[in-house]
Amino acid sequence: MSLEKFLNQAVSSWMNEEGPSSEIVLSTRIRLARNHRKYAFPTVFTKEEARAVAEEVSAAVHKADERLEVLKMEELQGLEKRVLVEKHLISPNLAEDSGASAVWLSDDEEISIMVNEEDHLRIQCLFPGLQLKEALSKALQLDDAIEQHCDYAFDEHLGYLTTCPTNVGTGLRASVMMHLPGLMMTHQMNRIIPAIGQFGLVARGIYGEGSEALGNIFQISNQTTLGKSEEDIVEDLQRVVDQIIAQEKSAREALVKASGIQLEDRVFRSYGTLRYSRVLESKEAAKCLSDVRLGIDLGFIENVSRSILNELMILTQPGFLQQYAGGFLRPVERDMRRASLIRERLEMEEKKDKGGSEI
Amino acid sequence: MLCQECQERPASVHFTKVMNGQKTEVHLCDSCAQDKGEAFMSDDSAFSFNNLLAGLLNVSPVMQPSQPQKPEREPVKCSHCQMTFQQFLKIGKFGCPSCYESFRDELPPILKRLHSGNTTHHGKLPERQGGTIHLKRKVTELRAELKSLIEEEEFERAATVRDQIRVMEKEIHGEGGSPS
Repeated sequence: MSLEKFLNQAVSSWMNEEGPSSEIVLSTRIRLARNHRKYAFPTVFTKEEARAVAEEVSAAVHKADERLEVLKMEELQGLEKRVLVEKHLISPNLAEDSGASAVWLSDDEEISIMVNEEDHLRIQCLFPGLQLKEALSKALQLDDAIEQHCDYAFDEHLGYLTTCPTNVGTGLRASVMMHLPGLMMTHQMNRIIPAIGQFGLVARGIYGEGSEALGNIFQISNQTTLGKSEEDIVEDLQRVVDQIIAQEKSAREALVKASGIQLEDRVFRSYGTLRYSRVLESKEAAKCLSDVRLGIDLGFIENVSRSILNELMILTQPGFLQQYAGGFLRPVERDMRRASLIRERLEMEEKKDKGGSEI
Repeated sequence: MLCQECQERPASVHFTKVMNGQKTEVHLCDSCAQDKGEAFMSDDSAFSFNNLLAGLLNVSPVMQPSQPQKPEREPVKCSHCQMTFQQFLKIGKFGCPSCYESFRDELPPILKRLHSGNTTHHGKLPERQGGTIHLKRKVTELRAELKSLIEEEEFERAATVRDQIRVMEKEIHGEGGSPS
Protein backbone atom coordinates (compact mmCIF):
# COMPACT_ATOMS: atom_id res chain seq x y z
CA MET A 1 0.00 0.00 0.00
CA SER A 2 1.35 3.46 -0.82
CA LEU A 3 2.03 5.73 2.11
CA GLU A 4 -0.45 8.30 0.87
CA LYS A 5 -3.26 5.78 0.67
CA PHE A 6 -2.30 4.38 4.06
CA LEU A 7 -2.31 7.86 5.58
CA ASN A 8 -5.75 8.58 4.17
CA GLN A 9 -7.07 5.53 5.96
CA ALA A 10 -5.06 5.90 9.13
CA VAL A 11 -5.33 9.53 10.12
CA SER A 12 -8.48 10.56 11.99
CA SER A 13 -9.71 14.13 11.66
CA TRP A 14 -8.69 14.98 15.23
CA MET A 15 -5.09 14.15 14.32
CA ASN A 16 -4.63 16.27 11.24
CA GLU A 17 -6.92 19.25 11.65
CA GLU A 18 -5.61 22.30 13.34
CA GLY A 19 -7.76 23.24 16.32
CA PRO A 20 -7.64 26.21 18.71
CA SER A 21 -4.26 26.58 20.49
CA SER A 22 -3.01 23.68 18.39
CA GLU A 23 0.60 24.86 18.67
CA ILE A 24 0.52 23.46 22.21
CA VAL A 25 -2.68 21.45 22.60
CA LEU A 26 -2.82 18.38 20.35
CA SER A 27 -6.27 17.12 21.24
CA THR A 28 -9.19 17.29 23.65
CA ARG A 29 -11.08 14.24 24.88
CA ILE A 30 -14.32 14.03 26.82
CA ARG A 31 -15.46 10.70 28.20
CA LEU A 32 -18.73 9.87 29.98
CA ALA A 33 -19.15 6.55 31.81
CA ARG A 34 -22.71 5.18 31.88
CA ASN A 35 -24.37 1.92 32.89
CA HIS A 36 -27.68 0.19 32.35
CA ARG A 37 -29.76 0.12 35.51
CA LYS A 38 -30.87 -3.48 35.11
CA TYR A 39 -27.58 -5.33 34.65
CA ALA A 40 -24.49 -6.22 36.68
CA PHE A 41 -21.33 -4.33 35.81
CA PRO A 42 -18.72 -5.94 33.53
CA THR A 43 -16.70 -6.83 36.66
CA VAL A 44 -19.02 -9.73 37.42
CA PHE A 45 -21.60 -10.12 34.68
CA THR A 46 -22.08 -13.48 33.00
CA LYS A 47 -21.58 -14.04 29.27
CA GLU A 48 -25.34 -14.10 28.77
CA GLU A 49 -25.74 -10.83 30.63
CA ALA A 50 -22.88 -9.33 28.61
CA ARG A 51 -24.71 -10.22 25.39
CA ALA A 52 -27.99 -8.81 26.70
CA VAL A 53 -26.28 -5.55 27.74
CA ALA A 54 -24.52 -5.31 24.37
CA GLU A 55 -27.81 -5.80 22.53
CA GLU A 56 -29.78 -3.39 24.62
CA VAL A 57 -27.27 -0.53 24.87
CA SER A 58 -26.19 -0.96 21.24
CA ALA A 59 -29.80 -0.58 20.13
CA ALA A 60 -30.02 2.63 22.17
CA VAL A 61 -26.79 3.98 20.65
CA HIS A 62 -28.00 3.18 17.15
CA LYS A 63 -31.33 4.92 17.73
CA ALA A 64 -29.52 7.92 19.22
CA ASP A 65 -27.36 8.45 16.15
CA GLU A 66 -27.99 6.33 13.10
CA ARG A 67 -24.80 7.49 11.41
CA LEU A 68 -22.60 5.63 13.90
CA GLU A 69 -21.17 2.31 12.78
CA VAL A 70 -20.34 -0.63 14.98
CA LEU A 71 -17.21 -2.78 15.17
CA LYS A 72 -17.58 -5.91 17.28
CA MET A 73 -14.42 -6.92 19.14
CA GLU A 74 -14.95 -10.64 18.58
CA GLU A 75 -14.93 -10.06 14.83
CA LEU A 76 -11.66 -8.10 14.76
CA GLN A 77 -8.12 -9.42 14.39
CA GLY A 78 -5.54 -8.66 17.09
CA LEU A 79 -3.72 -6.19 14.89
CA GLU A 80 -6.90 -4.33 13.93
CA LYS A 81 -7.77 -3.90 17.60
CA ARG A 82 -4.26 -2.70 18.34
CA VAL A 83 -4.56 -0.02 15.67
CA LEU A 84 -7.83 1.17 17.23
CA VAL A 85 -6.06 1.41 20.59
CA GLU A 86 -3.20 3.38 19.09
CA LYS A 87 -5.70 5.77 17.52
CA HIS A 88 -7.21 6.24 21.02
CA LEU A 89 -10.59 5.04 19.70
CA ILE A 90 -10.80 2.10 22.09
CA SER A 91 -9.02 1.28 25.34
CA PRO A 92 -6.61 -1.63 25.76
CA ASN A 93 -9.20 -3.20 28.09
CA LEU A 94 -11.82 -3.31 25.38
CA ALA A 95 -9.34 -4.76 22.90
CA GLU A 96 -8.56 -7.65 25.23
CA ASP A 97 -12.10 -8.67 25.92
CA SER A 98 -13.56 -10.68 23.10
CA GLY A 99 -16.97 -11.35 24.66
CA ALA A 100 -19.77 -9.03 23.52
CA SER A 101 -17.70 -5.87 23.47
CA ALA A 102 -17.99 -3.37 20.67
CA VAL A 103 -17.26 0.17 19.62
CA TRP A 104 -19.54 2.57 17.73
CA LEU A 105 -17.67 5.07 15.61
CA SER A 106 -18.58 8.16 13.66
CA ASP A 107 -17.23 8.50 10.16
CA ASP A 108 -14.68 11.16 11.14
CA GLU A 109 -13.79 9.17 14.31
CA GLU A 110 -14.58 12.15 16.50
CA ILE A 111 -17.15 10.05 18.35
CA SER A 112 -16.38 6.63 19.75
CA ILE A 113 -18.73 4.78 22.07
CA MET A 114 -17.39 1.67 23.76
CA VAL A 115 -19.82 -1.04 24.83
CA ASN A 116 -18.94 -3.36 27.73
CA GLU A 117 -15.63 -1.80 28.64
CA GLU A 118 -15.22 -1.22 32.39
CA ASP A 119 -18.70 0.29 32.21
CA HIS A 120 -21.56 -0.71 29.91
CA LEU A 121 -21.09 2.51 27.95
CA ARG A 122 -18.19 4.86 27.52
CA ILE A 123 -19.15 7.84 25.37
CA GLN A 124 -16.06 9.53 24.03
CA CYS A 125 -15.58 12.66 21.90
CA LEU A 126 -12.16 13.52 20.52
CA PHE A 127 -11.52 16.98 19.05
CA PRO A 128 -8.37 18.55 17.62
CA GLY A 129 -6.74 21.33 19.64
CA LEU A 130 -8.28 22.82 22.78
CA GLN A 131 -12.07 22.48 22.51
CA LEU A 132 -13.27 21.44 25.95
CA LYS A 133 -16.66 23.12 25.84
CA GLU A 134 -17.41 21.95 22.32
CA ALA A 135 -16.43 18.36 23.10
CA LEU A 136 -18.44 18.38 26.35
CA SER A 137 -21.53 19.71 24.66
CA LYS A 138 -21.27 17.08 21.92
CA ALA A 139 -20.85 14.29 24.50
CA LEU A 140 -23.77 15.50 26.63
CA GLN A 141 -25.97 15.76 23.56
CA LEU A 142 -25.18 12.15 22.66
CA ASP A 143 -25.72 11.11 26.27
CA ASP A 144 -29.21 12.67 26.27
CA ALA A 145 -30.07 10.99 23.00
CA ILE A 146 -28.94 7.56 24.27
CA GLU A 147 -30.75 8.02 27.56
CA GLN A 148 -34.03 8.35 25.66
CA HIS A 149 -33.71 4.65 24.84
CA CYS A 150 -31.72 3.27 27.79
CA ASP A 151 -32.44 3.27 31.53
CA TYR A 152 -29.26 4.50 33.16
CA ALA A 153 -28.08 3.48 36.62
CA PHE A 154 -28.49 6.80 38.44
CA ASP A 155 -28.78 7.76 42.08
CA GLU A 156 -30.21 11.04 43.30
CA HIS A 157 -27.26 11.69 45.65
CA LEU A 158 -24.39 9.84 43.98
CA GLY A 159 -25.19 10.61 40.35
CA TYR A 160 -24.32 8.20 37.55
CA LEU A 161 -23.32 4.87 39.08
CA THR A 162 -20.10 3.47 37.64
CA THR A 163 -18.10 0.29 38.09
CA CYS A 164 -15.18 2.13 39.65
CA PRO A 165 -15.79 4.54 42.54
CA THR A 166 -13.32 6.96 40.93
CA ASN A 167 -15.85 7.73 38.17
CA VAL A 168 -19.12 7.94 40.13
CA GLY A 169 -21.09 11.19 39.93
CA THR A 170 -20.64 12.81 36.55
CA GLY A 171 -18.75 9.84 35.06
CA LEU A 172 -16.81 12.54 33.26
CA ARG A 173 -13.16 12.43 32.38
CA ALA A 174 -12.06 15.52 30.48
CA SER A 175 -8.51 15.46 29.19
CA VAL A 176 -6.28 17.63 27.14
CA MET A 177 -3.13 16.36 25.42
CA MET A 178 -0.39 18.97 25.55
CA HIS A 179 3.05 19.23 23.94
CA LEU A 180 5.27 20.92 26.53
CA PRO A 181 8.91 20.87 25.42
CA GLY A 182 9.59 24.38 26.78
CA LEU A 183 8.44 23.49 30.30
CA MET A 184 10.39 20.22 30.18
CA MET A 185 13.61 21.87 28.97
CA THR A 186 13.35 24.53 31.64
CA HIS A 187 12.61 21.85 34.28
CA GLN A 188 9.29 23.37 35.29
CA MET A 189 7.03 20.33 34.91
CA ASN A 190 8.22 18.94 38.25
CA ARG A 191 6.78 22.02 39.85
CA ILE A 192 3.58 22.14 37.80
CA ILE A 193 2.49 18.51 38.20
CA PRO A 194 2.07 18.61 42.01
CA ALA A 195 0.55 22.11 41.81
CA ILE A 196 -2.31 21.10 39.52
CA GLY A 197 -3.06 18.17 41.83
CA GLN A 198 -4.43 20.69 44.30
CA PHE A 199 -7.21 21.52 41.85
CA GLY A 200 -8.41 17.95 41.53
CA LEU A 201 -6.52 17.59 38.25
CA VAL A 202 -3.74 15.25 37.24
CA ALA A 203 -0.94 15.36 34.63
CA ARG A 204 0.44 12.20 33.10
CA GLY A 205 2.91 11.43 30.38
CA ILE A 206 0.83 9.68 27.73
CA TYR A 207 3.28 6.80 27.61
CA GLY A 208 3.38 6.05 31.32
CA GLU A 209 2.51 7.47 34.66
CA GLY A 210 5.02 9.37 36.72
CA SER A 211 8.09 8.80 34.63
CA GLU A 212 9.46 11.09 31.96
CA ALA A 213 6.89 11.85 29.30
CA LEU A 214 7.91 10.50 25.92
CA GLY A 215 7.88 13.19 23.28
CA ASN A 216 7.16 15.82 25.97
CA ILE A 217 3.47 15.01 25.68
CA PHE A 218 1.31 15.27 28.77
CA GLN A 219 -2.31 14.50 29.36
CA ILE A 220 -3.99 16.83 31.84
CA SER A 221 -7.31 15.59 33.16
CA ASN A 222 -9.78 15.89 36.02
CA GLN A 223 -9.42 13.37 38.80
CA THR A 224 -12.57 13.99 40.79
CA THR A 225 -16.03 13.33 39.39
CA LEU A 226 -18.18 14.07 42.45
CA GLY A 227 -19.15 17.41 43.94
CA LYS A 228 -18.80 19.54 40.82
CA SER A 229 -20.98 19.94 37.75
CA GLU A 230 -19.68 18.89 34.33
CA GLU A 231 -19.39 22.55 33.32
CA ASP A 232 -17.40 23.43 36.44
CA ILE A 233 -15.03 20.47 35.95
CA VAL A 234 -14.37 21.55 32.37
CA GLU A 235 -14.01 25.21 33.34
CA ASP A 236 -11.46 24.41 36.04
CA LEU A 237 -9.49 22.30 33.58
CA GLN A 238 -9.70 25.04 30.95
CA ARG A 239 -8.31 27.62 33.40
CA VAL A 240 -5.36 25.44 34.35
CA VAL A 241 -4.66 24.51 30.72
CA ASP A 242 -4.74 28.22 29.74
CA GLN A 243 -2.17 28.89 32.46
CA ILE A 244 0.05 26.04 31.28
CA ILE A 245 -0.18 27.30 27.67
CA ALA A 246 0.92 30.77 28.81
CA GLN A 247 3.82 29.31 30.80
CA GLU A 248 4.88 27.06 27.92
CA LYS A 249 4.88 30.06 25.58
CA SER A 250 7.03 32.13 27.91
CA ALA A 251 9.41 29.18 28.47
CA ARG A 252 9.81 28.90 24.68
CA GLU A 253 10.48 32.62 24.38
CA ALA A 254 13.05 32.46 27.17
CA LEU A 255 14.76 29.49 25.52
CA VAL A 256 14.97 31.24 22.15
CA LYS A 257 16.35 34.36 23.83
CA ALA A 258 18.88 32.57 26.00
CA SER A 259 20.06 29.86 23.65
CA GLY A 260 18.42 30.30 20.28
CA ILE A 261 21.22 28.83 18.19
CA GLN A 262 21.59 25.78 20.43
CA LEU A 263 17.86 25.22 20.21
CA GLU A 264 17.89 25.60 16.44
CA ASP A 265 20.83 23.19 16.26
CA ARG A 266 18.95 20.65 18.37
CA VAL A 267 15.85 20.98 16.17
CA PHE A 268 17.76 20.46 12.93
CA ARG A 269 19.81 17.57 14.33
CA SER A 270 16.54 15.88 15.24
CA TYR A 271 15.15 16.67 11.81
CA GLY A 272 18.28 15.11 10.30
CA THR A 273 17.84 12.00 12.43
CA LEU A 274 14.24 11.59 11.34
CA ARG A 275 15.00 12.39 7.71
CA TYR A 276 17.97 10.04 7.28
CA SER A 277 17.97 7.31 9.98
CA ARG A 278 17.68 3.68 8.98
CA VAL A 279 16.89 2.33 12.46
CA LEU A 280 14.79 4.31 14.95
CA GLU A 281 13.63 3.16 18.39
CA SER A 282 10.32 4.54 19.58
CA LYS A 283 11.90 6.62 22.35
CA GLU A 284 14.34 8.36 20.02
CA ALA A 285 11.64 8.89 17.42
CA ALA A 286 9.39 10.51 20.03
CA LYS A 287 12.17 12.84 21.19
CA CYS A 288 13.08 13.89 17.64
CA LEU A 289 9.44 14.37 16.63
CA SER A 290 8.96 16.62 19.65
CA ASP A 291 12.02 18.70 18.67
CA VAL A 292 10.83 19.00 15.07
CA ARG A 293 7.37 20.01 16.16
CA LEU A 294 8.91 22.70 18.38
CA GLY A 295 11.04 23.77 15.40
CA ILE A 296 7.88 24.16 13.31
CA ASP A 297 6.17 26.17 16.07
CA LEU A 298 9.18 28.47 16.40
CA GLY A 299 9.45 28.99 12.66
CA PHE A 300 12.82 27.21 12.26
CA ILE A 301 11.27 24.60 9.97
CA GLU A 302 8.80 25.83 7.40
CA ASN A 303 8.16 23.02 4.98
CA VAL A 304 6.59 20.52 7.38
CA SER A 305 2.96 20.67 8.55
CA ARG A 306 2.37 20.98 12.26
CA SER A 307 0.09 17.99 12.48
CA ILE A 308 3.02 15.74 11.59
CA LEU A 309 3.82 15.10 15.26
CA ASN A 310 0.28 13.90 16.10
CA GLU A 311 0.25 11.81 13.01
CA LEU A 312 3.68 10.22 13.30
CA MET A 313 3.43 9.61 17.06
CA ILE A 314 0.43 7.44 16.24
CA LEU A 315 1.64 5.92 12.97
CA THR A 316 4.97 4.75 14.40
CA GLN A 317 3.31 2.66 17.12
CA PRO A 318 3.79 -1.11 16.71
CA GLY A 319 0.22 -1.79 15.56
CA PHE A 320 0.32 0.74 12.75
CA LEU A 321 3.83 -0.24 11.67
CA GLN A 322 2.71 -3.83 11.34
CA GLN A 323 -0.49 -2.90 9.57
CA TYR A 324 1.49 -0.85 7.08
CA ALA A 325 3.96 -3.70 6.64
CA GLY A 326 1.07 -6.13 6.23
CA GLY A 327 2.14 -8.58 8.93
CA PHE A 328 4.02 -9.34 12.14
CA LEU A 329 7.34 -7.53 12.67
CA ARG A 330 10.13 -8.34 15.12
CA PRO A 331 11.25 -5.36 17.27
CA VAL A 332 14.34 -4.68 15.15
CA GLU A 333 12.23 -4.80 12.00
CA ARG A 334 9.80 -2.35 13.61
CA ASP A 335 12.67 0.05 14.30
CA MET A 336 13.67 -0.18 10.63
CA ARG A 337 10.08 0.26 9.46
CA ARG A 338 9.62 3.20 11.82
CA ALA A 339 12.69 4.89 10.33
CA SER A 340 11.57 4.29 6.76
CA LEU A 341 7.97 5.39 7.38
CA ILE A 342 9.16 8.67 8.92
CA ARG A 343 11.67 9.18 6.05
CA GLU A 344 8.95 8.59 3.47
CA ARG A 345 6.54 10.88 5.28
CA LEU A 346 9.02 13.75 5.51
CA GLU A 347 9.98 13.23 1.88
CA MET A 348 6.30 13.61 1.00
CA GLU A 349 6.24 16.93 2.85
CA GLU A 350 9.30 18.14 0.95
CA LYS A 351 7.76 17.19 -2.39
CA LYS A 352 4.53 18.88 -1.41
CA ASP A 353 6.49 22.01 -0.56
CA LYS A 354 8.36 21.98 -3.87
CA GLY A 355 5.18 21.21 -5.77
CA GLY A 356 3.60 24.41 -4.47
CA SER A 357 -0.14 24.12 -4.33
CA GLU A 358 -0.28 20.32 -4.32
CA ILE A 359 -2.38 19.09 -1.40
CA MET B 1 11.67 -17.14 29.88
CA LEU B 2 11.19 -15.52 26.47
CA CYS B 3 9.19 -12.37 25.89
CA GLN B 4 5.66 -13.40 24.90
CA GLU B 5 5.40 -10.55 22.42
CA CYS B 6 8.54 -10.86 20.25
CA GLN B 7 9.49 -14.43 21.27
CA GLU B 8 13.10 -13.27 20.88
CA ARG B 9 14.53 -11.51 23.91
CA PRO B 10 14.36 -12.68 27.51
CA ALA B 11 11.36 -11.36 29.43
CA SER B 12 12.34 -8.77 32.03
CA VAL B 13 8.98 -7.22 32.90
CA HIS B 14 6.47 -9.48 34.62
CA PHE B 15 3.06 -8.63 35.92
CA THR B 16 -0.39 -10.02 36.54
CA LYS B 17 -3.45 -8.44 35.04
CA VAL B 18 -6.94 -9.00 36.38
CA MET B 19 -9.68 -8.51 33.83
CA ASN B 20 -13.29 -9.36 34.64
CA GLY B 21 -12.06 -11.52 37.45
CA GLN B 22 -9.67 -13.46 35.14
CA LYS B 23 -5.99 -13.40 35.97
CA THR B 24 -3.41 -13.28 33.17
CA GLU B 25 0.35 -13.42 33.61
CA VAL B 26 2.23 -11.07 31.27
CA HIS B 27 5.93 -11.44 30.51
CA LEU B 28 7.65 -8.92 28.25
CA CYS B 29 11.17 -7.79 27.36
CA ASP B 30 12.15 -4.14 27.96
CA SER B 31 11.64 -3.16 24.35
CA CYS B 32 8.17 -4.68 23.93
CA ALA B 33 7.14 -3.44 27.37
CA GLN B 34 8.01 0.05 26.22
CA ASP B 35 6.18 -0.42 22.95
CA LYS B 36 3.15 -1.69 24.80
CA GLY B 37 3.65 0.96 27.44
CA GLU B 38 0.79 3.10 26.36
CA ALA B 39 -1.48 0.13 26.04
CA PHE B 40 -0.85 -0.93 29.60
CA MET B 41 -0.46 2.38 31.29
CA SER B 42 -3.13 4.64 29.88
CA ASP B 43 -5.54 6.08 32.41
CA ASP B 44 -8.20 3.50 31.71
CA SER B 45 -5.88 0.57 32.23
CA ALA B 46 -6.08 -1.99 34.98
CA PHE B 47 -2.31 -2.13 35.27
CA SER B 48 -1.28 -1.56 38.90
CA PHE B 49 -4.38 0.57 39.26
CA ASN B 50 -6.17 -1.93 41.45
CA ASN B 51 -3.26 -1.99 43.87
CA LEU B 52 -3.16 1.75 43.89
CA LEU B 53 -6.87 2.03 44.49
CA ALA B 54 -6.83 -0.66 47.14
CA GLY B 55 -4.12 1.40 48.84
CA LEU B 56 -6.32 4.46 48.71
CA LEU B 57 -9.24 2.51 50.09
CA ASN B 58 -6.85 1.67 52.90
CA VAL B 59 -6.52 -2.06 52.32
CA SER B 60 -3.28 -2.36 50.43
CA PRO B 61 -2.89 -5.97 49.24
CA VAL B 62 0.64 -6.12 50.66
CA MET B 63 -0.58 -4.85 54.00
CA GLN B 64 -3.64 -7.04 54.46
CA PRO B 65 -4.33 -7.14 58.16
CA SER B 66 -3.40 -10.50 59.66
CA GLN B 67 -6.51 -10.59 61.81
CA PRO B 68 -9.88 -10.10 60.20
CA GLN B 69 -11.30 -6.64 60.84
CA LYS B 70 -14.34 -6.34 63.07
CA PRO B 71 -14.93 -10.08 63.31
CA GLU B 72 -18.07 -9.54 65.33
CA ARG B 73 -19.93 -8.03 62.34
CA GLU B 74 -21.67 -9.92 59.57
CA PRO B 75 -19.84 -9.24 56.32
CA VAL B 76 -21.70 -6.58 54.30
CA LYS B 77 -22.96 -8.11 51.07
CA CYS B 78 -24.70 -6.70 48.01
CA SER B 79 -28.25 -7.96 48.00
CA HIS B 80 -28.30 -8.17 44.21
CA CYS B 81 -24.93 -9.42 42.91
CA GLN B 82 -23.71 -10.93 46.22
CA MET B 83 -20.39 -9.07 46.13
CA THR B 84 -19.06 -8.55 49.65
CA PHE B 85 -17.64 -5.25 50.83
CA GLN B 86 -14.27 -6.95 51.36
CA GLN B 87 -14.29 -8.12 47.74
CA PHE B 88 -15.06 -4.60 46.61
CA LEU B 89 -12.14 -3.26 48.63
CA LYS B 90 -9.86 -5.86 47.14
CA ILE B 91 -10.64 -5.21 43.47
CA GLY B 92 -11.67 -1.57 43.82
CA LYS B 93 -14.72 -2.09 41.62
CA PHE B 94 -18.42 -2.59 42.26
CA GLY B 95 -20.36 -5.58 40.95
CA CYS B 96 -23.62 -3.87 40.06
CA PRO B 97 -25.57 -0.64 40.58
CA SER B 98 -27.16 -2.08 43.77
CA CYS B 99 -23.72 -2.33 45.44
CA TYR B 100 -23.89 1.44 45.97
CA GLU B 101 -27.09 0.96 47.99
CA SER B 102 -25.85 -2.12 49.84
CA PHE B 103 -22.53 -0.47 50.84
CA ARG B 104 -24.05 2.97 51.37
CA ASP B 105 -22.95 3.26 55.01
CA GLU B 106 -19.38 2.34 54.24
CA LEU B 107 -18.91 4.57 51.19
CA PRO B 108 -18.64 8.19 52.43
CA PRO B 109 -15.03 7.98 53.72
CA ILE B 110 -13.94 6.23 50.51
CA LEU B 111 -15.66 8.74 48.25
CA LYS B 112 -14.24 11.62 50.29
CA ARG B 113 -10.74 10.28 49.81
CA LEU B 114 -11.19 9.77 46.07
CA HIS B 115 -13.06 12.98 45.32
CA SER B 116 -11.33 15.69 47.33
CA GLY B 117 -13.81 15.51 50.20
CA ASN B 118 -16.97 15.39 48.06
CA THR B 119 -19.71 12.81 48.49
CA THR B 120 -22.63 14.31 46.57
CA HIS B 121 -23.36 14.62 42.87
CA HIS B 122 -23.85 18.17 41.66
CA GLY B 123 -23.80 17.44 37.96
CA LYS B 124 -26.23 16.55 35.26
CA LEU B 125 -29.46 14.61 35.79
CA PRO B 126 -30.74 12.13 33.23
CA GLU B 127 -33.30 13.99 31.14
CA ARG B 128 -35.96 11.32 30.88
CA GLN B 129 -35.41 9.44 34.16
CA GLY B 130 -34.56 12.53 36.18
CA GLY B 131 -38.29 13.01 36.94
CA THR B 132 -38.85 14.30 40.45
CA ILE B 133 -35.11 14.78 41.04
CA HIS B 134 -35.20 17.77 38.69
CA LEU B 135 -38.07 19.19 40.74
CA LYS B 136 -36.35 18.47 44.06
CA ARG B 137 -33.27 20.35 42.88
CA LYS B 138 -35.39 23.26 41.76
CA VAL B 139 -37.17 23.31 45.15
CA THR B 140 -33.80 23.45 46.95
CA GLU B 141 -32.76 26.39 44.77
CA LEU B 142 -36.08 28.15 45.36
CA ARG B 143 -35.86 27.64 49.13
CA ALA B 144 -32.50 29.40 49.15
CA GLU B 145 -34.03 32.20 47.09
CA LEU B 146 -36.99 32.39 49.47
CA LYS B 147 -34.68 32.71 52.45
CA SER B 148 -32.74 35.59 50.99
CA LEU B 149 -35.95 37.34 49.85
CA ILE B 150 -37.28 37.17 53.41
CA GLU B 151 -34.01 38.53 54.75
CA GLU B 152 -34.26 41.39 52.28
CA GLU B 153 -37.92 41.91 53.35
CA GLU B 154 -39.12 41.41 49.77
CA PHE B 155 -42.31 39.78 51.04
CA GLU B 156 -44.35 40.02 47.89
CA ARG B 157 -41.78 38.24 45.76
CA ALA B 158 -41.20 35.81 48.61
CA ALA B 159 -44.87 34.87 48.54
CA THR B 160 -44.69 34.12 44.83
CA VAL B 161 -41.66 31.90 45.35
CA ARG B 162 -43.36 30.14 48.28
CA ASP B 163 -46.36 29.37 46.06
CA GLN B 164 -44.05 28.01 43.36
CA ILE B 165 -42.42 25.74 45.96
CA ARG B 166 -45.84 24.50 47.10
CA VAL B 167 -46.87 23.60 43.57
CA MET B 168 -43.63 21.73 42.96
CA GLU B 169 -43.81 19.90 46.26
CA LYS B 170 -47.32 18.76 45.41
CA GLU B 171 -45.98 17.39 42.18
CA ILE B 172 -43.10 15.63 43.95
CA HIS B 173 -45.32 13.97 46.53
CA GLY B 174 -48.08 13.22 44.06
CA GLU B 175 -51.25 15.32 43.87
CA GLY B 176 -52.67 14.05 47.15
CA GLY B 177 -49.41 14.32 49.10
CA SER B 178 -48.81 16.78 51.87
CA PRO B 179 -46.72 19.73 50.79
CA SER B 180 -45.18 20.26 54.24
